[in-house]
Order: sequence, then structure tokens, then C-alpha cells
Amino acid sequence: MTRRFVVDAADHAPRLEAVRRRLFLRNGLSLGALGLLTGCNLQDGDAVDRVLWAMSRFNDRVQAWMFDPNRLAPTYPVSAITKPFPFNAFYAEDSVPDIDGADWKLEVSGLVQDRTPWTLQRLRGLPQYAQITRHICIEGWSAIGQWSGARLSDFLVRIGADTRARYVGFKCADRYYGSLDMATALHPQTILAVDYGDKPLPPEYGFPLKVRVPTKLGFKNPKHVAAVFVTNDYPGGYWEDQGYNWFSGS
Amino acid sequence: MPYERQGRWIVIHPMVVRLAHWLNATSIVVMVMSGWGIYNASPLFAFHFPVWATLGGWLGGSIAWHLAMLWVLVANAAIYVAYGLLSGRFVRMLLPLTPGLVWRDLVDALSLRLSHTPGTYNAVQRLAYVGVLILGAVAVLSGLALWKPVQLQTLASLLGGYEVVRRIHFLAMAGIVGFVVLHLTLVALVPRTLLAMLTGRVHAGADVSR
Repeated sequence: MTRRFVVDAADHAPRLEAVRRRLFLRNGLSLGALGLLTGCNLQDGDAVDRVLWAMSRFNDRVQAWMFDPNRLAPTYPVSAITKPFPFNAFYAEDSVPDIDGADWKLEVSGLVQDRTPWTLQRLRGLPQYAQITRHICIEGWSAIGQWSGARLSDFLVRIGADTRARYVGFKCADRYYGSLDMATALHPQTILAVDYGDKPLPPEYGFPLKVRVPTKLGFKNPKHVAAVFVTNDYPGGYWEDQGYNWFSGS
Repeated sequence: MPYERQGRWIVIHPMVVRLAHWLNATSIVVMVMSGWGIYNASPLFAFHFPVWATLGGWLGGSIAWHLAMLWVLVANAAIYVAYGLLSGRFVRMLLPLTPGLVWRDLVDALSLRLSHTPGTYNAVQRLAYVGVLILGAVAVLSGLALWKPVQLQTLASLLGGYEVVRRIHFLAMAGIVGFVVLHLTLVALVPRTLLAMLTGRVHAGADVSR
């Protein structure tokens, strides 16, 4: 798979408009500070934010162009694993969702042929791959962990997904949501992780299913995944809709 | 108009250098302030930068500024460095540079005996300008490695790996900020150098220190 992913700004326009308004208030204060520093008129947050959003979409295209579908994220020995691996979410650790693995099913929708929900057992029936890779958070810190599970590409083939579609989206049990470009979704290290170390994913790391994407920043690795869908309509993401760069490739 | 008195006024900073300088100054301010905002999200050391000195309002905003201005910084630096190399400006203004010359000019400067010639840098100035060019290159390379530690993993591992690169990027920033503080202090002491960077010209034979 060498096809490059293409971002069309028009697809993002309605969401960007909504987020732009939100960001304007947040940025007002320090934009004022910069205006004072440079003597330029940067008080017009609307215009500045539009430029920042346009640059973020430009950076999406640059990153899609830089992304090499055959380049693997570096892997590490067991001794390099960070202990304890940090918990990180948009909520505190005591709010981690409590999910019963026996009842749990992964819903499938969008541009796929077979929409039958998948049980945990069936996911474990696909060929399993283990990786010890570095998780890099957008905040700057990093930690090395060990995840294993089926390749997302194997899963997509199995459900008859249209792999020429542009996005694979995820909805999570904790109200988190996110999406990947198809090229990254098909990368051999992008896995539907069901194990952390040699045990099933503990609740704090995303039980029962986390999408592990070592070629992306941490927030592009959704936990407690409840649904997968394939689409050509930009699905955005929890953080992306607030202003994090969508591609956020490593 | 003094500028019409050709022969007495000489151009020391051509237009391309002045434009590159001010564009660079702007992008450095944005990169440093947004970078401090990013640093604050996960501080490497036991301190935060004051929020008023950061840009972007929150982590997403700071990163948006940082990765937007990155292109201005790099494109401008590429034009400036290409001009400096091809025009001979770098060789003329920044060389020769030896430890002996730096020591001599440093001693002269501290004993207030250093002579000034418009458009000519002493060895201490040359060291500072060469140093900040190197720091700029280190900042850009380490920044690229932080942005793309997988796609540019060869660069990242040459620099010591992701966590080492974070510290290198911080140190390059600290060095550049140190240069800016020194640079602005000297401009405040010799304000005519500011005029020269705006108009490009200085009075031939004038001692810019007075």
C-alpha cells in the first residue's frame, strides 16, 4: 500500500468553524501579549485563528507526504519498558469506565461489507502481534510499553472494508473519539491491542481494546474502543476538534 | 536626507539581510513563547515559564503557533544562509575566527580599548554570531527530530534518542535566548546599531560605539 493520503480542507470546514469560535476566546489573552511585543495588530483573533487552522491543515498534508507506510517505529527490549506506565486521559483515574468483557462487542459500520459486531474472543482469534514501542504524548513526555493484538489492517480486510476510503474512525466507551488516515490504519504496527505486557489490558490502559498506533502521538491511540467505522467524511476527534493537529504523526 | 551623501554613508546591511533579520526576530519570539507554552505542559525541569510569557493560551494553541511559525523560520533562515554563503557575507563578516583573536578582543573590550569600525565585527561578535547560527541549526534539527521521531528516526537516534533530543532542543532554546539578551543589551548600549539594521546604512568613519 503506497497510496498517499490526501486531506481536503473543504471536508473540515464546518467543524473548523465551530472550533475556531471556541479557540478565539482561549487565545485572546496571549494574542494581546504578542501584539504588545511586536507592535503588530494581532488583536483580530478570528483572522489569526483562521491562519493557524489553515497551517495545521497544511501540516496534515506535509505529514501525509512524509509518512512512509513501510517505516517501522523503533522497538525496544523488555528491560526498557517504563514502570509504572503512566495513566493518561481527559479524566481522572477513578473515572475509568467499568466494562464487562463478556458482554462487550466491537461495533462495525461505514464502508464495510460485514457489519457483524466482534467479540473479544473473535478478535483474539486473529493473528496476534506484540510490540514494545515508545508512546509519545503531545505534552512532550514519553514512555515505553508493550502491547499486543491483531493488526488493524487484518481486521479491515476481514470486515471487507473499503481500504481506498480516507478515514478509519473510532468511538469509545468513555466518550472519547478519534480517527486515522487510511495509510496509518494499514501500517503493520497499528494494532487492536487487547494485551498490555502479557496480561489483558487493565482498565486504566483501555480495557478491553485500545488502538495502538506507534507512528502517532499518544492521543491518536484511543482506549476503551466500542466502535470502528470506515468513512470518507472527516470524523475529527476529541482533541482534534479543540485544536490539536489532526495527523499528529511521529 | 543624509543618505544622499554617497561616499560618506556606507551600506552594511543590504535589504535582504534586514528583511531576514526582522522576519527572523519575529519568528524567534513566536517560537520561543509558544515553545515555553509547550514546555509548561510537561516541564523537563523543576520550573514553569510564566503564563504571560507564553503564546497560544493552551497546549493546542501553543503547538499550532509553533508548527505554523516553523515554516516561516526555516524558509527565512534558508534564504538568509544561502545569501550569506553565496554573497561572501559570512566569510567577510564572520571570519577569521580563532581562540587567540577572541581572547585578544575580549580583553580589549573589557579594558575598554576595543576599536570599532562600522560594518566590521570584532572576534567576540563573530563568535556570538557564528554561535547563534549553530544554535539555530541545532534547534531546527532537534525540533524536526521531536516532531518526527519515527519518520526521521535516523536523525533522532543520531542526536541520542527522543528523550535526549527534548533536552537538546531546550538547551538550544536557552542558548538562543541568552544570545538575544546579550544582543539586546548591546543594542541598548549602542542604539545606532538599531538604526543601521533599519536603514542598512552607517556613517563611514564613525565609531558606532559613541
